[in-house]
Amino acid sequence: MTKTIDAVQDQFETFQILSEDGEVVNESAMPNLSDEDLQELMRRMVYTRIWDQRAISLNRQGRLGFYAPVAGQEASMLGTHYALDKEDWILPGYRDIPQMVFHGFPLTQAFLWSRGHFQGGQIPEGVNVLMPQIIIGAQIIQAAGVGFGLKKQGKKNVCITYTGDGGASQGDFYEGLNFAGAYRANTIFVVQNNRFAISVPVEKQSAAKTIAQKAVAAGIEGIQVDGMDVLAVYAATQQARERAVSGEGPTLIETLTYRYGPHTMAGDDPTRYRTKDLDNEWEKKDPLVRFRKFLEKKNLWSEEQENKVVEEAKEDIKAAIKKADGAPKQKVTDLIGFMFEDLPFNLREQLEEYTAKESK
Amino acid sequence: MAQMTMIQAITDAMRNELKSNEQVLVFGEDVGQNGGVFRATEGLQKEFGEDRVFDTPLAESGIGGLAIGLGLTGFRPVMEIQFFGFVFEVFDSVAAQMGRMRYRSGGVYTSPVTIRSPFGGGVKTPELHADSLEGLMYQTPGIKVVIPSTPYDAKGLLISAIRDNDPVVYLEHMKLYRSFRGEVPEEEYTIELGKADVKREGKDVSIITYGAMVHASLKAAEELEKEGISAEVIDLRTISPLDIETIMASVEKTGRAIVVQEAQKQAGIGAFVVAEINDRAILHLEAPVLRVTAPDTVFPYASAEDVWIPDHRDIVDKAKKVYNF
Repeated sequence: MTKTIDAVQDQFETFQILSEDGEVVNESAMPNLSDEDLQELMRRMVYTRIWDQRAISLNRQGRLGFYAPVAGQEASMLGTHYALDKEDWILPGYRDIPQMVFHGFPLTQAFLWSRGHFQGGQIPEGVNVLMPQIIIGAQIIQAAGVGFGLKKQGKKNVCITYTGDGGASQGDFYEGLNFAGAYRANTIFVVQNNRFAISVPVEKQSAAKTIAQKAVAAGIEGIQVDGMDVLAVYAATQQARERAVSGEGPTLIETLTYRYGPHTMAGDDPTRYRTKDLDNEWEKKDPLVRFRKFLEKKNLWSEEQENKVVEEAKEDIKAAIKKADGAPKQKVTDLIGFMFEDLPFNLREQLEEYTAKESK
Repeated sequence: MAQMTMIQAITDAMRNELKSNEQVLVFGEDVGQNGGVFRATEGLQKEFGEDRVFDTPLAESGIGGLAIGLGLTGFRPVMEIQFFGFVFEVFDSVAAQMGRMRYRSGGVYTSPVTIRSPFGGGVKTPELHADSLEGLMYQTPGIKVVIPSTPYDAKGLLISAIRDNDPVVYLEHMKLYRSFRGEVPEEEYTIELGKADVKREGKDVSIITYGAMVHASLKAAEELEKEGISAEVIDLRTISPLDIETIMASVEKTGRAIVVQEAQKQAGIGAFVVAEINDRAILHLEAPVLRVTAPDTVFPYASAEDVWIPDHRDIVDKAKKVYNF
């Protein structure tokens, strides 16, 4: 019996294209990306790293609300996203704000969402993303539904959804994979395995050697990817997308990654559950360092280009925060209006009550 | 006009909506080939195809997520929870997701989902099939709750529920499925959500109720009539939002009221109706507003249903109590 499990688990070797030194170790898997695409991937990762640093600093100054740091996960986030079409759907978890923003969700609104302002949830028309999910796993079953809906409409589009290693323990994770498999939905499930669900290590989440192998039970494709290697992440997602839109069903992608920062800025202290040695070990795999080395060898990246992106990110963030500061003060009457298409009697009365109260 | 049972009227409403709107999808456990465990979807898959009427894997939470996702891509999902006692498995989708979709997106997205589900005592089911859980739904912001008591109401309310752009929980009392027939027009019609119906007019005491208790209340009203007490029976039909105008008009007329529910007493619909009457009509009252409810235990073992579920005699007693106050 044990032999059978090992045989399944051992099939899930980590897919990698770039080594930690930025050397191509899997030439045949190299995705077909132009020089401009490669530079754009780097640009997005650098931009996101700066944004993360600024967001942490703004949070400490009390100028941002809820924030879940992303440094370390840039390749997992932006590599998967880069394989998408504009019309594809994203059902994000609360850490997946960069994918939303690169899909067209304005930075200002990302900051307003963080602060807890209703305008932060008002996704602009034509941007196919859902608000970041707070309930771990709820987005996974919904993604099965969106992917099934796209398939029913005959669209050559996918729904991608994100969770973490902890999310893969939820019942909804298994139900979502199973539903999407049963309906051969146009869905891609991404588990960013950053090794810790707040403080609980992945080894304590499951007896399974990989999260990717959980696809086997659902009868769908599964792959484990080096989540610090943006090219491998992109290639795996691009293939998953191809399969989905050609009717071959969903894929589970596990990206092996690490979050350098705390779980969120609301008081989490990673030194309580992670060693400095482990941090150092993962920082050596850094997705930006690795990809920068790869690009520099091809003469596609320079310090000058990097500095330009850093400045651009800083400027954007400054402007977006300023704009967010100008958002109107929220009123109870605004909130009442978002409850139903037509207000029932109780809310109609309360609207009157608060209109009087708030106009004083 | 056709004579239909309530379950036939429910099927007829779904058939009507599947016909009139291509975006309507009907799905759940056993709803396809089998036509549902109660035959509520009988013949629908054959008529509209597996693309529109289909079975789901056996997982309520997954069904809820599927409905939300299909709703986001432009469909109008009518999902079935096989028995409402299983709602706890899908409570996150209903309460935390569908009910909040409009709010969380500041009005951008909605969940136009209809959740159909059988509930209600008197048919000797195993545990967690028959519980009256509408109170939980009532406390959940962002969803509407409908409970029909007649075949005519069942059809018109279900069509309205499916057309509503907000999530609607539509609860079908199992005891009413086939217990009697009523006139149901074959053509389509809607009954506005949030509108109660005066099922019997009276002048001495208002009996405010819903679901199977409408029929127990009508029986009680007949008995009261023999004793010279004229009872008005109001069928709420929609639990959330309540039709406060109809309730108040009746209470202002009679000056006396009782609220009747099959559910347990604590924190239920009855408690809310009493509070609303207290807020709005206290000066019209000749007596306190009393409640007829089940006791605050877990829903009873099947063989104890008869002693647990309130019946017309309990209603007569309470009505006399407020009449003679």
